[in-house]
Amino acid sequence: MTAPVLSVEALSVAFRTEHGDLTALDRIDLAVSPGEVVGLVGESGSGKSVTGLALMGLIDAPGRISGGAIRFEGRDLVGLPERDLRSLRGTRLAMIFQDPMTTLNPVLRVDTQMVEAIHAHERVSAAAARARAREALVRVGIPAPDERLRAYPHQLSGGMRQRIAIAIALLHRPALLIADEPTTALDVTIQAQILAEAQTLCAEMGTALVWITHDLAVVAGLADRICVMYAGRIVEEGPVAAVIEAPMHPYTAGLIGSSPSRNARGAPLTQIPGLAPSLGRRPPGCAFAPRCPSATPDCAEPPPVAALPGRTALCRHPLHGEVRA
Amino acid sequence: MTRDLITLDGVSKHFSPTPSLAARLAGLVTGRRPAAVRAVTDVDLAVRPGEVVGLVGESGCGKSTLARLVAGLAVPSAGRVLFEGRDRASLPPRERRAAALAVQMIFQDASSSLNPRLRVEDIVGEAPVTHGLVPARERRDAVAALLGRVGLPADAMTRYPHQFSGGQRARIGIARALAVKPRLLVCDESVAALDVSIQAQVLNLFMDLRRDLGLTYLFVSHDLGVIAHIADRVCVMYLGRIVEEAPAETLFAAPAHPYTVSLLAQTPRLVPGKRRFTGLTGEPPSPLAPPPGCHFHPRCPAAIPRCRSEAPLLRPVGPGQRVACHRDRSEFLPETRGSAADPAVAS
Repeated sequence: MTAPVLSVEALSVAFRTEHGDLTALDRIDLAVSPGEVVGLVGESGSGKSVTGLALMGLIDAPGRISGGAIRFEGRDLVGLPERDLRSLRGTRLAMIFQDPMTTLNPVLRVDTQMVEAIHAHERVSAAAARARAREALVRVGIPAPDERLRAYPHQLSGGMRQRIAIAIALLHRPALLIADEPTTALDVTIQAQILAEAQTLCAEMGTALVWITHDLAVVAGLADRICVMYAGRIVEEGPVAAVIEAPMHPYTAGLIGSSPSRNARGAPLTQIPGLAPSLGRRPPGCAFAPRCPSATPDCAEPPPVAALPGRTALCRHPLHGEVRA
Repeated sequence: MTRDLITLDGVSKHFSPTPSLAARLAGLVTGRRPAAVRAVTDVDLAVRPGEVVGLVGESGCGKSTLARLVAGLAVPSAGRVLFEGRDRASLPPRERRAAALAVQMIFQDASSSLNPRLRVEDIVGEAPVTHGLVPARERRDAVAALLGRVGLPADAMTRYPHQFSGGQRARIGIARALAVKPRLLVCDESVAALDVSIQAQVLNLFMDLRRDLGLTYLFVSHDLGVIAHIADRVCVMYLGRIVEEAPAETLFAAPAHPYTVSLLAQTPRLVPGKRRFTGLTGEPPSPLAPPPGCHFHPRCPAAIPRCRSEAPLLRPVGPGQRVACHRDRSEFLPETRGSAADPAVAS
């Protein structure tokens, strides 16, 4: 097994509010190998987007990384000076967002922005940069690239904008690409196109991919490993197929069970009762305990790690596997 | 045979931009009129009492406009909307109002469809009192009963919409629709914005209501998994037209339109095993300038020259199944692959 390109240890992120510090991310561990696709799945507020931002060093005040380490290509990104982070972002580390307009400047033509992104990190001639930009568009499957280079973002469809955002992210062949719900706003047929591009490109370039989404089905077809997040923690981690076939954590089981496609047509869906706790009201022990069908009184204590070969879950009563002593 | 609750008879809806003065003057000279968006073109659709009709399609295909036409929130540019066999536009005022109340809409974004300055009691209780369905002094009890019906505590009525979670707001929207005792609920992406676990709760509520109140649904969604789960009959729309209509089992087991086939094939499925995603080429064309002939032909893997010139009409291909395609399923889809295109329903 190759050494991971990214290894996150006990990373915590807190936001300062008038009610004291709120922990958005609570001691998460994550390792990603070169060329690997890791799916980070969770519902709104589970901390999956904060994880992506933290990996990019994009947590701004009142938020801060309150503990842990992000080891990327041998360096700890936590506490790295902003200068060094800037030179990593865009070259070794890249991110795409749900709304490509987060990445694209609405008043600049596509070629201007792409050339700018190349010049930010490399000294090449304008013509060479433009040629690279064109090549990048071809790589993400954009028809008529010369025409698109001269277009403004508003002249392009949502799917096309997302492809351009991906092309920009991959300009410098990053070692790690973080994708935060990049296909959520897109139609099924366009989503499939983007997933196909992401799959091919990361395989070709050996780029590791962290795919953040609320949609388990996307991760099921795309990722090698899956991390399920709940209330700021990774509650289950393992190979995708194994996790979907036999989830260890009751929350993962509940998520899979509430998917309409997993239920007989018209039969009541398995539902997880209640709501995810808000940041300030997380119970001291297992945050899922109040909604959990297997919870017992001792779930008010912090949950232990349960394990199976290559898999872990934070649960006292795992559906599969043994609780580590 | 039971009478249809709602029948759309050749319904079209076009939206024309209001031209600026300059454009109007230019129009006088050139004689050209601004292009109209053909959101819905010549749709025939019947909703029978007690059934759940699913309407699927991608953004811009006109499914929301069709939902609004059924709910009476949009007026057709051409064609008729019949309520229990009678043209809704020509009903006498009293009956027209009853017909309007019988069809209620539930929107995607509960927070923007609930007045933030009203308490839940007013949001839910206003319409039934105004329409004389509930005497004003019984409003509180009626609202409490409705809230109970959708799984909210009675004390929710004194609170404002912002004090609820997304799933609870969806329930308030449902209670408001139920307050006027509708027979048909038009749900436009009503669960799309909800997290999976909350979506399951709301879908279960819809199914309970159907069983207990004998409701009929027109369920609009882009999510094939949701439609496969809840619908009895499914209509697939592409660029303003219904391209396929079939009982849900048939549609998901044996789709007959190449667009339906690719939609099903490309929907991510919750099954273990990495898969190769292969995109359908191209993007939906603009409804301002739809391609001639079959609107789908530029993206269609099975297109033949005839598709470029002649728009196919819906034709029956099996029990309850109609498809708008010049080609036969067997011509572009070998039978052996038929079950491979079967989506999530099987698992």
